[in-house]
Amino acid sequence: MVRTGSVDAGEMSANLLKESGPREVFCGLTSIVWLHRRMPDAFFLVVGSRTCAHLIQSAAGVMIFAEPRFGTAILSERDLAGLADAHDELDRVARELLKRRPEIRTLFLVGSCPSEVIKLDLARAAERLNEELQGRVRVVNYSGSGIETTFTQGEDGALAALVPLLPASDARQLLLVGTLADAVEDRLIHLFSKLGIETVRSLPPRQSSELPPVGPGTTVLLTQPFLTETARLLRDRGATVLKAPFPLGAEGSRRWMEAAAANFQCPEASVREVLDPLEARARIALAPHREVLAGKRIFLLPESQLELPLARFLHRECGMELVEVGVPYLNREQMVEELALLPDGTTVVEGQHVERQLDRVRAGRPDLVVCGMGLANPLEAEGITTKWSIELVFSPIHGIDQAGDLAELFSRPLHRRQLIHPALHPTPSDHPVHA
Amino acid sequence: MELTLWTYEGPPHVGAMRIAASMQGVHYVLHAPQGDTYADLLFTMIERRGQRPPVTYTTFQARDLGGDTAELVKRHVQEAADRFQPDALLVGESCTAELIQDQPGALAQGMGLPMPVVTLELPAYSKKENWGAAETFYQLVRGLLKQTVPPQPNHDVKAWKQEGRRPRVNLLGPSLLGFRCRDDVLEIQRLLSLHGIDVGVVAPLSAGVKDILRLPQADLNVCLYPEVAESSCSWLERNFGIPFSKTVPIGMGATHDFLVEVHALLGMAPPEAAEGYQRSRMPWYSESVDSTYLTGKRVFIFGDGTHAIAAARICSEELGFTVVGLGTYSREMARPVRAAAKRLGLEALICDDYLAVEAAMAEAAPELVLGTQMERHSAKRLGIPCAVISTPMHVQDVPARHSPQMGWEGANVIFDAWVHPLMMGLEEHLIGMFRHDFEFVDGHQSHLGHQGGAGAENGTEVSNEIDSHHEASSGQLVWTADGEAELKKIPFFVRGKVRRNAESYAKEVGCKEISSETLYDAKAHYKA
Repeated sequence: MVRTGSVDAGEMSANLLKESGPREVFCGLTSIVWLHRRMPDAFFLVVGSRTCAHLIQSAAGVMIFAEPRFGTAILSERDLAGLADAHDELDRVARELLKRRPEIRTLFLVGSCPSEVIKLDLARAAERLNEELQGRVRVVNYSGSGIETTFTQGEDGALAALVPLLPASDARQLLLVGTLADAVEDRLIHLFSKLGIETVRSLPPRQSSELPPVGPGTTVLLTQPFLTETARLLRDRGATVLKAPFPLGAEGSRRWMEAAAANFQCPEASVREVLDPLEARARIALAPHREVLAGKRIFLLPESQLELPLARFLHRECGMELVEVGVPYLNREQMVEELALLPDGTTVVEGQHVERQLDRVRAGRPDLVVCGMGLANPLEAEGITTKWSIELVFSPIHGIDQAGDLAELFSRPLHRRQLIHPALHPTPSDHPVHA
Repeated sequence: MELTLWTYEGPPHVGAMRIAASMQGVHYVLHAPQGDTYADLLFTMIERRGQRPPVTYTTFQARDLGGDTAELVKRHVQEAADRFQPDALLVGESCTAELIQDQPGALAQGMGLPMPVVTLELPAYSKKENWGAAETFYQLVRGLLKQTVPPQPNHDVKAWKQEGRRPRVNLLGPSLLGFRCRDDVLEIQRLLSLHGIDVGVVAPLSAGVKDILRLPQADLNVCLYPEVAESSCSWLERNFGIPFSKTVPIGMGATHDFLVEVHALLGMAPPEAAEGYQRSRMPWYSESVDSTYLTGKRVFIFGDGTHAIAAARICSEELGFTVVGLGTYSREMARPVRAAAKRLGLEALICDDYLAVEAAMAEAAPELVLGTQMERHSAKRLGIPCAVISTPMHVQDVPARHSPQMGWEGANVIFDAWVHPLMMGLEEHLIGMFRHDFEFVDGHQSHLGHQGGAGAENGTEVSNEIDSHHEASSGQLVWTADGEAELKKIPFFVRGKVRRNAESYAKEVGCKEISSETLYDAKAHYKA
């Protein structure tokens, strides 16, 4: 492992390391699983291989009853050998699809590893299809390939592809960027209005055809820590992107909302009036989980990019000890607020050598490991309690009101082990249990 | 380019993973980008495995492509060899690596590793998972045994008689992510042992490299799953002269035929014909009066070749169902499935588009669907009872209890698993009949409890869907009020079919109005 220095912010400093090797992470295509649910009038067409199709269906875990709003245009030998023009083929598949699904308003052409390697120009394809469809359906493209993107980065690509399409407006507004559960979004909008911020919009919107405007009057709050490229493009469109901890946990969410309040010059007293009781209530909701989690040691494997904000929350609000915090990649600028809130000397490892990292897990004997689904059962079988990271991108965990639920995601596996372990692993005894 | 929404099979390298993960002491280095590691969760989540599949992914990234990806491959091969010290190393590539042509197998062969290295070439843009599994198993068997191939096959299948020992067979084909393989192996071992036949090697499931080396010591190979083992069995036959049995023992008739075939090949006296009746409850359960109502139940079957063919035989010959649709997604098995369909007077559906399968299912208007997890979802949408008989499967299709498909116990399991959803369909009908009784509590759908309850509405919704769909298509035909009332008395799961029959009958005889009388006329017409 290579030491890449430490980040000093105030009195805190994290110990930043980097390693490379075999990785156990999803690629960016996986984010389609939640993106397509957010925008029911959008379709995600991956241009790739059978592996891509199999990946998304396996990551989705269960099949959805209805015909899904994502699919794969599977490249065949004919496409690769040049026997068929891949562009003609793609046009044909897109036409076929749109005929079948007339309700679709936005078609995302999603690049994959094979389409990137053969340099299939999806931007050109999107342009061509846009011309043909004449505004009936908007076609955009981005890459979710594993050679370029990790898991949640796919959402960054999808949102970045939408930024050029956002209408321009100078109007004063708050723009929440990153997929939120609908209920969480409603709640946050309500809270912002109580703070005095009237116009709150979201990217991605609930309907892909109702894109929010952007311009110099726009203040952006990122709801997720993996939207680097989207944030850059929004800045280019004149928006102000606020720096704040991410809205996970009561503290992070409060500081996130306060950043917006300050930007909108909401009176401090009224901000306190709204947020103080919420925070107090969150502390009550957190208390039972803190009881389970405090003093326990946690190891976060790299996957969703949520690892740093989660580590901050679990340490500061739940009293957990951080053994190691893995991140797939580290954008220091975007994470500076989070890094500053980590305890002194926290080991933050960027990248992965999965075998060496698992050696460290075994050596460190943490009480809880946050990891992907490929690793969870094998670690459980070794007696190590785990929490799947993919659940964190599907569950409504953002905002002050969700702090208790977020903590519960971590306390539940520990609580469960406590419940069933004694009966399932009885200690040898001379006395029958029911004697 | 082909539009795919849900796929029945993964790419061929997932088939290779199934072989590697099934075995002991075999490691697979897969030249693949980040993200392809998703395949691990098939094993750890669907099969609930407590071990990671023995796979090292080179996880190359875009920035590696400009540089030396060959060096990256060698580094990962060396690390895997050092860390896991496998008895054999499989080296191959996934779809993306196939495009950059690093030839990882050749690279690994040249590294002077202490263990045998088997190169896998699995064309990802033309082949699929089951083919990949078969090819991997074949390459491994061939790679490990080719040095011991005799100049002339000199195998004596009856050698056990001279050697004064029990006959010995290998069970080939069971693998992880196969359908109920774990339990089938136990069942077939038990069955053969009852007949004084020993099992030498089971492979690939739980086999090590040493076991593969012992394969030629058996008198006979038993090909349990042709999708995975047929190519290996043929190679062993061609090169060592070891014959193999071809009957897959799923169902009463097939289990009997399997025993007859194995006994004949081994030169043993044929088994008792009555054995199945004595050892399985299935035949009596099917004969008992309670099962009378199963007669002629319309069944739609779709799955991998092996399980679809077996299901068709069981349904038509052992349960007295009427098979109204038969198909498979495995193109490799198209020929035997077509033959099985032809015997039933059907045309086989060879297709890997689940929407086309769903359309065929709706068209056939079955009362029971036997399929994969795809058909389970389609059947649920159409409100038709369903049992899963084949991969692809869901975690719930890997039960904790012993539930084989093969052998005498397998027949018992099948009877329960296939008849149970039908009884539930009947219950639904009874609920409909008693709906107007004052004791009836609305929302009582006991059998839907395990599916989350919302399915009840699905049933009615879908029958409406079928109804309205056909109203649109029937054009000038008019249903009279009493015709509609009569139609409503028919159980929802056959209502669509009855409506269609009545309409085509009406068109045939040139009648514009469909009354209750027309319905009865049509009924008589189609039964005749």
